[in-house]
Amino acid sequence: MRFKNVLYPLPVVAILLATWWLAVDLSHSLIFPTPLAVLRGTLELARDGTLWLHIGASLLRVATGFMLAVVAGVPMGLWMGRVDTVYRTLNPIFQMLRPISPIAWIPVTILWFGVGNMSPVFLIFIAAVFPLIVQTSAGVHTIEKRYLRAAENFGVSRSVLLRQVIVPAVLPEIIVGMRIGLGVAWLVVVAAEMIAPVSGLGYLIIDSRNSGSRYDLVIGVMIIIGLIGLLLDGLMRRLEGMKTVRWRYGR
Amino acid sequence: MDAKIVIDNVRKSFNALPVVGGVDLAIGEGEFVAIVGPSGCGKSTLMKMIAGFEHPDSGAVRLDGKPHLKPSPKAIVISQHGSVFPWLTVQENLMFGLNGDGHGDKAALADHYAEMVGLKGFENAYPHQLSGGMLKRVEIARALVVKPEVLFMDEPFSALDALMNLRMRNELLRILGEERHTVVLITHDVDEALYLADRIMVLSPRPTTIQASFAVRHPHPRRLADPELQQMKDEILAQLGL
Repeated sequence: MRFKNVLYPLPVVAILLATWWLAVDLSHSLIFPTPLAVLRGTLELARDGTLWLHIGASLLRVATGFMLAVVAGVPMGLWMGRVDTVYRTLNPIFQMLRPISPIAWIPVTILWFGVGNMSPVFLIFIAAVFPLIVQTSAGVHTIEKRYLRAAENFGVSRSVLLRQVIVPAVLPEIIVGMRIGLGVAWLVVVAAEMIAPVSGLGYLIIDSRNSGSRYDLVIGVMIIIGLIGLLLDGLMRRLEGMKTVRWRYGR
Repeated sequence: MDAKIVIDNVRKSFNALPVVGGVDLAIGEGEFVAIVGPSGCGKSTLMKMIAGFEHPDSGAVRLDGKPHLKPSPKAIVISQHGSVFPWLTVQENLMFGLNGDGHGDKAALADHYAEMVGLKGFENAYPHQLSGGMLKRVEIARALVVKPEVLFMDEPFSALDALMNLRMRNELLRILGEERHTVVLITHDVDEALYLADRIMVLSPRPTTIQASFAVRHPHPRRLADPELQQMKDEILAQLGL
């Protein structure tokens, strides 16, 4: 299974690379790099350490913003799911804020937080928190009544109800929210780093273009962004394999 | 004073549609009462009121002489589709209703009942790894762990296949032989009622009332082919309009 996952797309990747190479060769482009140039440029970046520095900077921002979003979004979603008045009050507001692209928040973010590290972290938070809130509260609403009835029947305390019924029942939904949230966060961090800070993969792309049109690095970093995004999603998928959520995703 | 559960002229309507139309019933300590009725007659609504999940429009339910207004661990409901938590292991499910006490005690109690219902060796399994019959055992054991005085069973075995249904009847009788509980069983299966119950109440169509009652005095294990039981079955079916 795993083997096939890699094997099947491999020919397509090869064809794409060949087409790219051929196109650059035939057009005698002076700016657009060949795959080999991209590989050379990227290795050079990796060797002198700048690549890892920028990857680290981006990942740290995503981790911080995403963690803040989980810490705020999950309890908010649980609260909204459990208390109807809270849901009626806050849901319309979140539904209105949700479709605003995090990119649109950039000007006010710079106004509030300046051009330091806080700006991208805030943008990532904005990007990730709404999917988490929405998924969590929807998850609470879909808990089957029979489970809540059983908990009521056994007369358990509120903390047992929360820890052993509500949170585990919603956990599969929370994980879906985390997957969506982290995906959006990774999209947003690159955009955010193009505007303000002086580090990160987004900055690296803009800087490579501005300082001498190094399109080999631009494309190399794009590919790395894609690979890391894939890795992050894979990491989130691992959570779906946890024993306590297996009931939801089938055996 | 001697009745365990008293149902006193209980009525309930939904949107002006009368569903339960005045049910009176007294159930003794340790008695097994089956309530049979046609589908959609209000059996489940009646059960929810007896268990305290819904309130009657008028009339009252009393447990040990006191009004039974909300669900309590004294009387555990076991329903058709079950409510074993799929995210907890068998053992965690069994310990779910236990509050306070030391952890060692809890595990020992859970162990005892796992043994009693035949779940030994499955303690660390998750419910989706179990068959329907095993799930029922988990549900019954989870109820027994909290030492309830009453079991409310709402078509507990009707989602099982026919063979497992028969097997679980015997299991239930065996368990009740070890620990006598007061049981109220709601079912549409007349055979099940005849096999298990001390007394069978037949409900009328909506708005439901108790239309007839039968005492079953045969000792267990019962043979449903017994002429007297067959006779009683015919009478019950006649009451149900069949």
